[in-house]
Amino acid sequence: MRAAFAFLLGTLAACNPQPANTGAEMDLPRGVVRSGYEFLQPETRILQDDDFENPGLLWVQQGAVLFETPMQGGPACASCHGEGGRLLTGAAAHYPAMESQSGELVNLEGRINLCRERYQGAPALAYESSELLALTAYTASLARGMEQSVNITGAAAPYYDAGRAYFFARKGQYNLSCHQCHDENWGRQLRGDTISQGHGNAFPAYRLEWQDFGSLHRRLRDCDSGIRAEPLPYGSETYVAVELYLAKRAEGLVMESPGVRR
Amino acid sequence: MAVIRISAPETAEKNEVIEIKAMIQHPMETGYRRDERGDVIPRDIITNFRCGYNGEIVFEAEFLPGIAANPFLTFYLRATHSGSLNMSWTDQDGQSWSATHALTVA
Repeated sequence: MRAAFAFLLGTLAACNPQPANTGAEMDLPRGVVRSGYEFLQPETRILQDDDFENPGLLWVQQGAVLFETPMQGGPACASCHGEGGRLLTGAAAHYPAMESQSGELVNLEGRINLCRERYQGAPALAYESSELLALTAYTASLARGMEQSVNITGAAAPYYDAGRAYFFARKGQYNLSCHQCHDENWGRQLRGDTISQGHGNAFPAYRLEWQDFGSLHRRLRDCDSGIRAEPLPYGSETYVAVELYLAKRAEGLVMESPGVRR
Repeated sequence: MAVIRISAPETAEKNEVIEIKAMIQHPMETGYRRDERGDVIPRDIITNFRCGYNGEIVFEAEFLPGIAANPFLTFYLRATHSGSLNMSWTDQDGQSWSATHALTVA
């Protein structure tokens, strides 16, 4: 018995010269990047593709109006960025990005609030408020169909590393990391759902579960509470860093916002 | 402010059957859900939709709590004369929103 056991161990060692679990954390290989769209049911894809039925367009339409409306103490968004957001075409595909004045990483929501406070004499909008969702929906829609491409060099590098570290960290009562579901088990079933690769290219998006439009941070908070970890606050620096890691990880995918997800 | 989206042809042949699509931004809160503190989220729903064709009601719908958020309706009507389609939504408290669509019949 002991001999057989030793033999088995020997064979295992021969077949697998490297220990099975080295703790090495592999990123999602570039060749297999697939949008969450591909994991949706056909009906949900149709809903996203239809330029009337997509419920996210309600927020885009609301945002388009806000964009052209002058503030009480300052100009409208359109007075700098052009009518119909002409000068913002594609900009959202490069967020999160470093903000030169503060030296901090900002996402689309943060950028809009900086503009409001600095140039429009208006207070910052609360995360998930209907106005901020509408403005992010509108600006993101101006990059619809364009490839996501973010800069992770220079001052952005530490943020990228922090975002990646969060993605790979086990947390919560289930002791799971984002990596375990979305890199190692995507495409497999989790009860009735197919696990996606966890890309953010459709956000801000309309989620059927929410019956509402929401930001990527709302989605991240849902993921965190799903593994029974404590969700981070909206707009937290760590979530913005995770957004940067996700954007880089999704490179090659096109912006789908306003997307529809289950 | 509730956002309304209407999709309908601007012109139609006489007696042509046309498709009207109408969507309104509304949470349609059922009154059966609870928030994270366990308190009931009060019901907040649109209860009635009407489409008038030059003042005459040609389509009407009653909404109940089972209707999804941002209700979306598709319906058909026969284009008999030029005029305006007036669509209005009324909620449980009597607040209403409306939109008008001009239709030209050749």
